[in-house]
Amino acid sequence: MKTSLLIALSALLVPAVSEAARPWLLPSQTVLARSGGWVAVDAAMADDLFSVNQGAMPVDTLLVSGPDGQPVAPQNITKSRSRSTFDLELRQPGTYRIAVAEDAVTARWEEDGKPKRWRGTAAEMAAGIPANAANLTVEQTQRRVETFVSVGTPTEVKPSSGAGVELAPIQHPNDLYARETAKFRFLLDGKPAKDLDVEVIAGGTRYRDAPGAMTFKTDKNGEVAITWPAAGMYWLEASVQDEAATAPGVKNRRASYAGTFEVLTQ
Amino acid sequence: MIRKSRVTLLLVLAAGWGTATAADLSLSVEIPQLPVAEYHRPYVAIWIEGADQNVAANLAVWYQMRGDHTKWLPDLRQWWRRGGRDLKVPVDGLTGATRPVGQHLLKFDAAQPPLAALKPGQYAVVVEAVREVGGREAVRIPFEWPIKAAKRASATGSKELGAVALSLNP
Repeated sequence: MKTSLLIALSALLVPAVSEAARPWLLPSQTVLARSGGWVAVDAAMADDLFSVNQGAMPVDTLLVSGPDGQPVAPQNITKSRSRSTFDLELRQPGTYRIAVAEDAVTARWEEDGKPKRWRGTAAEMAAGIPANAANLTVEQTQRRVETFVSVGTPTEVKPSSGAGVELAPIQHPNDLYARETAKFRFLLDGKPAKDLDVEVIAGGTRYRDAPGAMTFKTDKNGEVAITWPAAGMYWLEASVQDEAATAPGVKNRRASYAGTFEVLTQ
Repeated sequence: MIRKSRVTLLLVLAAGWGTATAADLSLSVEIPQLPVAEYHRPYVAIWIEGADQNVAANLAVWYQMRGDHTKWLPDLRQWWRRGGRDLKVPVDGLTGATRPVGQHLLKFDAAQPPLAALKPGQYAVVVEAVREVGGREAVRIPFEWPIKAAKRASATGSKELGAVALSLNP
């Protein structure tokens, strides 16, 4: 009884957008001519793919890296109620990685019989969590939300951080076509992520009765082979819960990856 | 007037296909007249596809040359994917302005680039067209290289392309 009340109360304390909402970045286009151009990107957290009907995704930790690995400055960043948006001017040929990644610690405890929640970086833990917190549970969350855009010929996509779940694609994420099979490799902390659950859902969920999720499990090399049933925008999620937290004094870790991929017609 | 242009067309066909001395590959591509309110000439890519489906040789790329309209080249999806994206346009002797409705004749000498570099094997001529506020279509005609005997083959598009005829002359 007390536990369920606690859960109900902590649900109320979470921000308007629940952590369960699907995070995604939606680029206006993924394939650009060699002359390059502008791409607009929406960042939202909404379960309906890709409808901006739930909440905006903060883009404070947005990092866009160009084909040469150098950062590209986003322009016209706007945070509105249901989405964040920004523009990218892409002039250099090759593949750009657009990523919002965060490595945070979430703590829950009780104070005077009331549930408390804190979220911040590992470095801020000491200041954010009271030393005598009762019934304290702490979890490290490593989240990476990505999409890719290519100008002219796509160039190699390399995993960048070595922390959490990352994509090390075998088939280029801007080279996906309907009815073809693409191999993706996932890494966990820089090593092939074996037995990782991967879910792929086509956009336009509002217009279907069935969610139509395709589920996969990575093999010993961290690989999955995905056959795209039709052209369109797809959302992919891979996540793991383990006890490999790297924040000091924290055991539990939740690492997740969410990517948006455009599949083109034959 | 109509009769005269038909005669001219026949003469061109005869010159292109009948009296050639060197081996050649000739192609006739029809851009059909379409009953639409807003018409723009299509972007067209014509290439030779290898057994691996990649571009073995580009034959022609027609796009809007006035102003910078290369941003729409990726809409030629097959061509873009199979090799168009590696090409820096414009290219002398390859890229050109969009063409009007009608038959367009192309002729390539087997001993000259880009055909001279083709290795013996199975190929296909692919013609892909995409039109602003319109559709996209690709037509394929398989053939064998080098040319051993005279061969004619044709294919017809259903919407964005009309008749496409290939003639191989040894």
